[in-house]
Amino acid sequence: MNNITRNILTAILLIIAQTIIFNNINLLGYLNPFVYIIFVAYYPIKNDRLFFIFISFIIGLLIDIFTDTLGLHAAASVTVAYLRPLILKISFGLAYIHQIIKFRNIDFKNKLIYISLITIVHHAVLFSLEIFNLSKTLFIFDRIIMSSVFTITLCILFSYLFKTNER
Amino acid sequence: MRQIIDFLVRNKNFILFLSLFCFSLILIFSNSRYHNSLVLNSTNSISGNIFETTSSISSYFKLKSENESLNKENTYLKKIIYNYPGTSNDGLKYEVFNSKVIKNSYSLNNNYLTINSGNIDSIAEDMGVVSNKGIIGVTDRISKNYSRVISILNTKLNLNAKLKKSNHFGVLNWNGMSNSTIQLMDLPKQTKINIGDTIITGGNSFIFPEGVLIGNVLSYKLDDTQNYIEAEISLFNDMTNIKNVYVIKNNHLAELKKLNE
Repeated sequence: MNNITRNILTAILLIIAQTIIFNNINLLGYLNPFVYIIFVAYYPIKNDRLFFIFISFIIGLLIDIFTDTLGLHAAASVTVAYLRPLILKISFGLAYIHQIIKFRNIDFKNKLIYISLITIVHHAVLFSLEIFNLSKTLFIFDRIIMSSVFTITLCILFSYLFKTNER
Repeated sequence: MRQIIDFLVRNKNFILFLSLFCFSLILIFSNSRYHNSLVLNSTNSISGNIFETTSSISSYFKLKSENESLNKENTYLKKIIYNYPGTSNDGLKYEVFNSKVIKNSYSLNNNYLTINSGNIDSIAEDMGVVSNKGIIGVTDRISKNYSRVISILNTKLNLNAKLKKSNHFGVLNWNGMSNSTIQLMDLPKQTKINIGDTIITGGNSFIFPEGVLIGNVLSYKLDDTQNYIEAEISLFNDMTNIKNVYVIKNNHLAELKKLNE
């Protein structure tokens, strides 16, 4: 199976899992993890950046269609896709600059930092656009932090699942 | 000219990002109730079918509690029929259709439900949706087999509501915080209100008949202008657990609208 088909299959599986399972978890009444961003996080680094930004936008838009939040997830995931090189530089430093990172064998600490940064950027854009009200800033922060913790935990667990699949 | 092209090529990533981001902002802020011809929502056939399948699986697990509530409902309806003095022959004012929720959301700021009846079942825009415990929302977008309902847990929906014991009315609007409470604003200061009072829909709305149950008063206070009362209402309905709903059609709607033009 070549790279493109595998990426498309992963994307479809993640979208279906997100809409059928993860959007219905509602922990504490309102917390849902947005696990689909693992696609944006683990997309191969060396590929064309323009195409990557565009494909992230499409994934976000597809999630939007299923959750009736037209544009919200698209905006959030396109921001993450654009900022990913910066986040990679912060979390991996020299290894990224010399282009020698392999997602399948990075250590736990770097993985945690990388996924946390991606998740927090994504959730910050998502919730500030969704609520879009300065007088509810505290409420927005509350949502960002609570959901991020949930998403980061699940994404890390998933990243270990993917690792065994790739071998 | 050459410099402009150089600039564009150098910043092509940023320009693509900016244009896609702006495009999604346009989508977010133009997604108003009436002016949206796009079919990118949960009533289109692919997502509708997926939600229908998943909900047909998950409805199996809720059978027991759902049956209990249906039984209660039936007893209630029978009681009304037996107590009713007699029906008139010149047609009923309200018609009621039965329907099922196949997709429900309550954790966002603007929540929508999808129900499995549409044009075919003579559902139209702006019909009221209730369950046996009280109010659910207003139909919004209709396709052939499905319709989207604006939940009362939607910050954009305003409804007319009043106290059961007097005729003072106010505006019902959700502040996006908790999915079990809703806010009643603009009640006049002279209203005699107590904690625990029942709130029902007012007769000023053409969508709902007067007297559909909404909730209990949880707390109340004067608002910033000191002229109106703002009350916190706890909903009778558990918005996180809805399956069977009823869509109410007002047969006199066209007549009432014409009169008010």
